[in-house]
Formats: sequence, C-alpha cells, structure tokens
Amino acid sequence: MRIKVQKAPFDLGGEVNAFTARQNNMGAVVTFTGIVRDLEAGRLEAMEIEHYPGMTEKALGQIARDATDRWSLGDVLIIHRFGRLTPQDMIMMVATSAPHRADAFQAADFLMDYLKSRAPFWKKEVTDAGADWVEARQADEAALDRWG
Amino acid sequence: MDVLYFAWVRERIGEPREHVETGARTVRELVEELRGREDRYAAAFADLDALRVAVDQELADFDAPLKNVREVAFFPPMTGG
Repeated sequence: MRIKVQKAPFDLGGEVNAFTARQNNMGAVVTFTGIVRDLEAGRLEAMEIEHYPGMTEKALGQIARDATDRWSLGDVLIIHRFGRLTPQDMIMMVATSAPHRADAFQAADFLMDYLKSRAPFWKKEVTDAGADWVEARQADEAALDRWG
Repeated sequence: MDVLYFAWVRERIGEPREHVETGARTVRELVEELRGREDRYAAAFADLDALRVAVDQELADFDAPLKNVREVAFFPPMTGG
C-alpha cells in the first residue's frame, strides 16, 4: 500500500507501470485518474487544493486499509495533489490490483467514494470573477450509503 | 490545545491555527467559548451543520470530549478526489 500526498505533478503512465510491475500474480489492475475540468470554456483560471497535513495521510491510509479488508486485493496506490492546479492537470489517482477484476473495480470505486467525502481536502475555484470554495455535493455523501 | 482552521473557516477567522487555553469539556463547549470572543469567530461558527470537526486528526462530532486532546480542527465538508 502506498499513499502519496504531494504538490508536484505525477507521471500517470510511469506510476501505473511501476505499480503493475510490483504485483505478483495479480490478474487485474484498475486505475482511476481525476482531472481538473474547466467550468465553461476558458473560465477556470485555477483550482486551489488545500489539505490537512498529517490527517490527510492517516485518513487515506485508513480508507485504503478498509478497502483491503473488504476485497481480495494485492495492493493499493493513492496519489493526491494539493496546491494550485489548472484545467487538464491531473489531481489524483488510485490504482488497485487483485486476482480478479471485480475486486479491483469495486475497491477503486469504494476508494473514490470515501476519498471524496472523508479525506481532508478542500477545493477552491478561481475565475476572473473571484474565488469560491467548492461545496460538497449531497450525492457524494449519499454515495457512501451503498457501501453499507 | 492547538485549534486549526481550514478552507473558508480559516479565511473567516483569519489564521490557520492558534493555541487556545480552555476548560471546555467538549468540542461544543469550545465552540461556544470561541463564539463569545470576537465577531470573526461568531461568523465562522454561525452554522454548525455547515462544519465538520476532527479531534486529534480523526473525524469526530461536536459532543466529543476534549480531555487530553492536543489538536482540534474545524472545516467545511471535504471535497477531495
């Protein structure tokens, strides 16, 4: 299990290849990547991501352990950036490996649901009209219910 | 104990962290104490439903006890991913 919280960009291909190379007899690797999306064409100047150093790493570690307890997984990788990002930048990624694809897919889905609402990150959208904190969506909180 | 603020809570209070000497027994009592200090705290803590709290870096509720606690953090619902 690896958790990285960093300001610097990450190399998605390099990370996935290195993750895959570390696995032993896993039939499936699933990855998800989150990318900064523009609001309307050209409006978003930046996405500023704040986090809670110390708690962030603990919370992500706990979410990864919960996934490992729940599904038959080989490994979990979570990378999440903070600081000032611009449209098309990669914000974060998760990778899971498992003997079979259903476990890898479900665990990645679970990681994303929990990471959105239970890891201490906050996003602020900066436009030429000013800056606003992104509000949590009710749907994101409700998404946790399906995991029981 | 250290009290930390994030996102718009930090902006309303005007600083990211401070040391607070308090006899508050629960998070809720700490909030009441801070609210009474200055308008900027009253503004930040106006609606507790809009806030989340972590006690020693674990999510908690407003009735959580503060005995032997080193760090309390207040912030809006998280928006990771």
